[in-house]
Amino acid sequence: MPGGQERILRRRISSVQSTKKITRAMELIAATRVVKAMQRANAARPYSTKMTSVIEDLAAGGTGVSHPLLRETETVTNVGYVIITSDRGLAGPYNSSVIRSAEREIMAAQTEGKGYKLVLIGKKARDYFRFRNYEIAAYYEGMTDTPSYDDAKEVANVVASMFIDEEVDEVILSYQEFVSMGTQRVALRRFLPLEQLGTVAQEGSGSSEATASFEFEPSPEGVLESLLPRYVESRLFSALLDASASEHANRQRAMKAATDNAEELITNLSRALSRARQDAITTEIMEIVGGAEALGGDLAVEELPEGAVASSAGQFAAAAGAGAASAAVRAASASAAPSATALLEAAPFGAGSHATLPDNSAPAGFTIKGNADSMLYHRPDSRSYGVTVAEVWFDTPERAEAAGFRLANTHPKDVQDA
Amino acid sequence: MAMTVELVSPETILWSGEATQVVARTLDGDIAFLDNHAPFVGALDIAEVRIWADADEPVALAVHGGFVEVSHNSVTILSDVAEFSGDIDAERASTAADRAGEALRSDGDDDEAKAALKRATVRLAVAGS
Repeated sequence: MPGGQERILRRRISSVQSTKKITRAMELIAATRVVKAMQRANAARPYSTKMTSVIEDLAAGGTGVSHPLLRETETVTNVGYVIITSDRGLAGPYNSSVIRSAEREIMAAQTEGKGYKLVLIGKKARDYFRFRNYEIAAYYEGMTDTPSYDDAKEVANVVASMFIDEEVDEVILSYQEFVSMGTQRVALRRFLPLEQLGTVAQEGSGSSEATASFEFEPSPEGVLESLLPRYVESRLFSALLDASASEHANRQRAMKAATDNAEELITNLSRALSRARQDAITTEIMEIVGGAEALGGDLAVEELPEGAVASSAGQFAAAAGAGAASAAVRAASASAAPSATALLEAAPFGAGSHATLPDNSAPAGFTIKGNADSMLYHRPDSRSYGVTVAEVWFDTPERAEAAGFRLANTHPKDVQDA
Repeated sequence: MAMTVELVSPETILWSGEATQVVARTLDGDIAFLDNHAPFVGALDIAEVRIWADADEPVALAVHGGFVEVSHNSVTILSDVAEFSGDIDAERASTAADRAGEALRSDGDDDEAKAALKRATVRLAVAGS
């Protein structure tokens, strides 16, 4: 059924259109969120660089202190994983890539006989690992969209105490690093134990001046004591900010692709819809013309199809509107009309009749004038022959009679009686 | 030449500019920084930090722990939480102080209540100044 086809297509187009509206809105929202997240990450940068510079100062001051957060173990028995994902989906491969690389890491560690502790941030990670029966040590949600420092503090404290209590000997941080708007990549970083101070200092700005001798208050150890937990917090915070910027960038890209796909789908479906509609119109016209042809004969052709074709052609032309469709209608009516119109023009009342000529003169061989309104005919010997304007010409009175015309009463009496 | 001062929290730079004097309290006690102070790193107590910019009236902030680093004639204060005197809700601080005081009366060794009391007291002091 062509009509059913059209209805189905129309429904699909409108459903794709509303999906497109949603994905477009999400794309725009994500685009502004990325910018905000980047600004937040930039605003947070001074703190961590200053923090690194304090560590440089400490290293320059020659502090060789030990701290539980610096504890390096020879044999690692348990590894902690901090996995940062988003709470919501529709972010392309953002979540799955982080989760997959983390799970690979966990499995690799398990084959080496190491245990694991999972600290999960974001619903997606929780759903994944809970479904696979992993044991989850801690879980947080609602902080990945716009992470605050307090969120980072909360997680960092849990992770740090796990490490200090020797529940884990190493902590690995898995998240998506924000390199630029176009590039984000999965990062697996060793989070704890912290690298020795010297290493951190070297990785920092590198401007550590060994000559400056710092005073420390209360003491280098005292400063370190309060510095390290904050350093852990700040590192986790910057990871959270990075992850959030990556999430929004990924979502923007995914939604852009979805919107583009929807657009393409709509174009294709609209094309199919137009074709279905044209097919339906063509089929209908073919049916009418076919029916008319089947009826056959001059009368049939003259009476039925002319009006039917004309009215249906007009109706379809109005309904179709599309250029191609009305062109098809025109072509169809043009092909159906000629036989009827030509006959009408040449012999409006069948064989032996003739249409009027433009100058109202008698066609060659036709002398009888016919009045189509009164259905009377006039021979040349009629009194009114001269004043009568012929609406049709006949060659003989017999033909006029055959076409249903009667002799006008203006002829000589003998003729009338005959 | 005045020294440059930056007060940085994890989420943003709270204050930056030139100042003639900065007073802070480390775990060992109050310390004032003037122009060309010797290189210094200190852990801050929960206390008030005052920064004298060009004006006579100092900028006062309640700083809840952190660090101060002085080098190359610039003072950098790092703090998780720092509040300007204008941003402090004195009413909330005083109810917090009451609550913490009550908790301390029932349990004199409650470290959390001690810290809360200290924070509230500092807030009130800064807001009042």
